[in-house]
Amino acid sequence: MDGIVQLQRQLVDYTASLFHEGFLDDQFNQLQQLQDESNPDFVVEVVTLFFEDAERLLNELTKTLGQPSIDFKRLDAHVHQLKGSSSSIGAQRIHRVCISFRNSCEEQNVEGCLKNLQQVKQEYSLVKSKLETLFRMEQQILAAGG
Amino acid sequence: MAASSSSNWVMESGDVPHVLAVDDNLIDRKLVEKLLRNSSCKVTTAENGPRALELLGLTSGGQNNMNGRSKVNMIITDYCMPGMTGYELLKKIKESSVMKEVPVVIMSSENIPTRINKCLEEGAQMFILKPLKQSDVRKLTCQLMN
Repeated sequence: MDGIVQLQRQLVDYTASLFHEGFLDDQFNQLQQLQDESNPDFVVEVVTLFFEDAERLLNELTKTLGQPSIDFKRLDAHVHQLKGSSSSIGAQRIHRVCISFRNSCEEQNVEGCLKNLQQVKQEYSLVKSKLETLFRMEQQILAAGG
Repeated sequence: MAASSSSNWVMESGDVPHVLAVDDNLIDRKLVEKLLRNSSCKVTTAENGPRALELLGLTSGGQNNMNGRSKVNMIITDYCMPGMTGYELLKKIKESSVMKEVPVVIMSSENIPTRINKCLEEGAQMFILKPLKQSDVRKLTCQLMN
């Protein structure tokens, strides 16, 4: 019993830290509140969809920025998608970088776009790893009978 | 809500509202679907305006693809979609003698007053800012059900 309580406390603290550090915002709470007995894996499902979609978009962005003549409209369309989905799951830091990224696209600022792409990749990598840790902790609690 | 013999959207008591949700973003579609299901709605999703029109039976020579009993009680659509925007979809619905009484809700991540006014003037029931929350959807479905 003690073990589970310990794990649960760790989970609460870890989750709180993600909010505190700005990785997640209230929209993530909205997702958690949607999870119920009829859909016990809702959060993992949506976040997994987000990971797949984000990776696809990051690849597209890299490709588009690697062209000799950059299609800023296309770039902006992809960033808009990523901005939308990151906002919908509460991935605040990614969402924020996307806002800057859209500005760079609008200004047709290549340097800015390259920098923003780096930033968004970094933020994505960070939040992915943190959410995976979060889900792992949840699994441990379930496995321990919690 | 006024009843009319040709109305497609009048709810009979005990009926579950059927909502058509239109969004090009996969994560947003999954989220809006869950939010609506949690508010006891039956949901059909479409990833773009033309597909939505097809499902509503509004394409030229088109048959209503949803079985006769599954009339749509509300349409909720994203504004920014490639090809046909949510605004254009709204116009097409309002131009249709068959579907024009169906409430159409527009969603957008961008809070642009001219955009909002334009949609309301064209007959949108409501304009909601993304990311969508349970309280937003509850407000909508309450309006629909009373």
